[in-house]
Amino acid sequence: MAATHTPPARRRLTWLGLAPFFLFALFFIFLPSASLFVDSFRSPEGHFTLEHLGGLLQPPIPGSYALSIGVSAFTAVVGGLLGSLMAYALTAGNLPRWLRPLTLTFAGVASNFAGVPLAFAFISTLGRTGFVTALFQDLLGIDLYDAGFNLYSFLGLSVTYLYFQFPLMLLVMVPAIEGLKRSWREAAESLGATPTQYWMRVGIPILLPSLLGTVLLLFGNAFGAYATAYALTGGRLNLITIQIGAQIRGDVLRNPNLGYAMALGMVAIMAVTLLGYSWLQRLSERWLKDTR
Amino acid sequence: MRRINWFAWLWFTLGALYFVLPLWGTLIFSLQKRRGVLSLDAYSAALGDPRFVETFVFSNFMAICTILASLLLIVPTAYWVHLHLPRWRPVVEFVSLLPFVIPAIVLVFGFIKLYSKPIVLLGIPLFPSLTTSNLSTNLLLIAGYTVLSLPYMYRAVDNGLRAMDVGTLTEAAQSLGAGWWTILWRVILPNLRTALLSGALLTFAIVVGELTIATFLARPAFGPYLALLGNHRAYEPAALAIVSFLLTWVAMGLIDRVTRGTRDVVAGSH
Repeated sequence: MAATHTPPARRRLTWLGLAPFFLFALFFIFLPSASLFVDSFRSPEGHFTLEHLGGLLQPPIPGSYALSIGVSAFTAVVGGLLGSLMAYALTAGNLPRWLRPLTLTFAGVASNFAGVPLAFAFISTLGRTGFVTALFQDLLGIDLYDAGFNLYSFLGLSVTYLYFQFPLMLLVMVPAIEGLKRSWREAAESLGATPTQYWMRVGIPILLPSLLGTVLLLFGNAFGAYATAYALTGGRLNLITIQIGAQIRGDVLRNPNLGYAMALGMVAIMAVTLLGYSWLQRLSERWLKDTR
Repeated sequence: MRRINWFAWLWFTLGALYFVLPLWGTLIFSLQKRRGVLSLDAYSAALGDPRFVETFVFSNFMAICTILASLLLIVPTAYWVHLHLPRWRPVVEFVSLLPFVIPAIVLVFGFIKLYSKPIVLLGIPLFPSLTTSNLSTNLLLIAGYTVLSLPYMYRAVDNGLRAMDVGTLTEAAQSLGAGWWTILWRVILPNLRTALLSGALLTFAIVVGELTIATFLARPAFGPYLALLGNHRAYEPAALAIVSFLLTWVAMGLIDRVTRGTRDVVAGSH
């Protein structure tokens, strides 16, 4: 960007143009989060303490973190796999051309279709009287709920989360696979590689950083989710977001500072996830640039 | 050459089934309010409920306010960064991505902790409590939504600015005697139409059904109403889920239309 000719006296004041943005960020992002973080290190008398962070190790909190991490990791990995396979089918799988724009638009909608309506859709589908539950009963004679399935459990929540996880993966992976150079494939084939060998030895290794990066993105996507889980289970599943929600509603732990520490823990996990994501993203960009 | 790839078909079919079945199930379920026949009873009951109308209007109004606030904040900032302070771009970009690191539930927790009490600095009260009046709580809600929309909106505007030559356009306008306001309003904004529209629609899709922030700020919004409805009705929630899906579809379809498939921003708040 070419800077326009500003006299030196005015140039010193150009930073003022960013003041509204940073003030907004200060009041509505930094200060609210900082006030939580500071108080997770403060005793009721106002001294510095690590007691609340230690409190994170008292039940049921480690279980909540574990459940949140479990659901997020499971849906990120499964969503990542399914999304990649479907992206492969759409790009390299000789499917009719018209399927692609249709599927991508659908995926755009599905990845944004979340929260309360998504929970309702799955209750109507896989709930006790849901459509698919009834299909299983009528066509196959299987009672899903007798067979151990429950929508309001780890598996049920994961199946629901996958509805926004899997299309997000698809939306990222389709352009990534399209970015693979045709000449790489031709080179591999001219050396006698089968399609499987090409994917195993060339395609997947090149895509790996962006694949793993997107899986991390999906992890963060599920980890911070509150609305879907709350509407689906009414707070019966002890996710960490549900715990924090209960903490805001009323002081269930009899110690507000412990609630602040839980929030701090969440942000720390999110930050690590996003750092990993941006590192993999840069790696992927560098690899693709070097081979160009 | 064009063989049928069974492996590809298998995964496509599985994926498509998973996409379609919940929608189909919800649709069928929503039509069964009257025993034995398919009817639109659940829709007329759900859409005719005055509480639905109230909360839906409220949420739409909040969405419009959020879009305006977000544009007012981000367009001048992004423009200024492009024109005068390119070195600050990574910092601004970093701040705009922070909402990804701070989940909505943590954000609203911080809001309540900080703004439900008067803010006192060195014994001098700076602010009264923001959660005591409807107006100030609504403003807090809009601020929260603006934070949620920040990553999407900033990216949309930034991409739009990258696609044009901001420096030349500004100099040309200046040399014709335009002031800053005229430049932004008559030169930059029209060129950003596509980017702004897609950012606005995405914000709309995120905000209208939002639950977390609205619930904890106790706002009469559509998301909390919907969650409450789910506790004591069976068919109406399914009907409203279908309506929400159609609305999301309209918003995304419009984005696809205006950006002609170059959209790269996905995913909302869950």
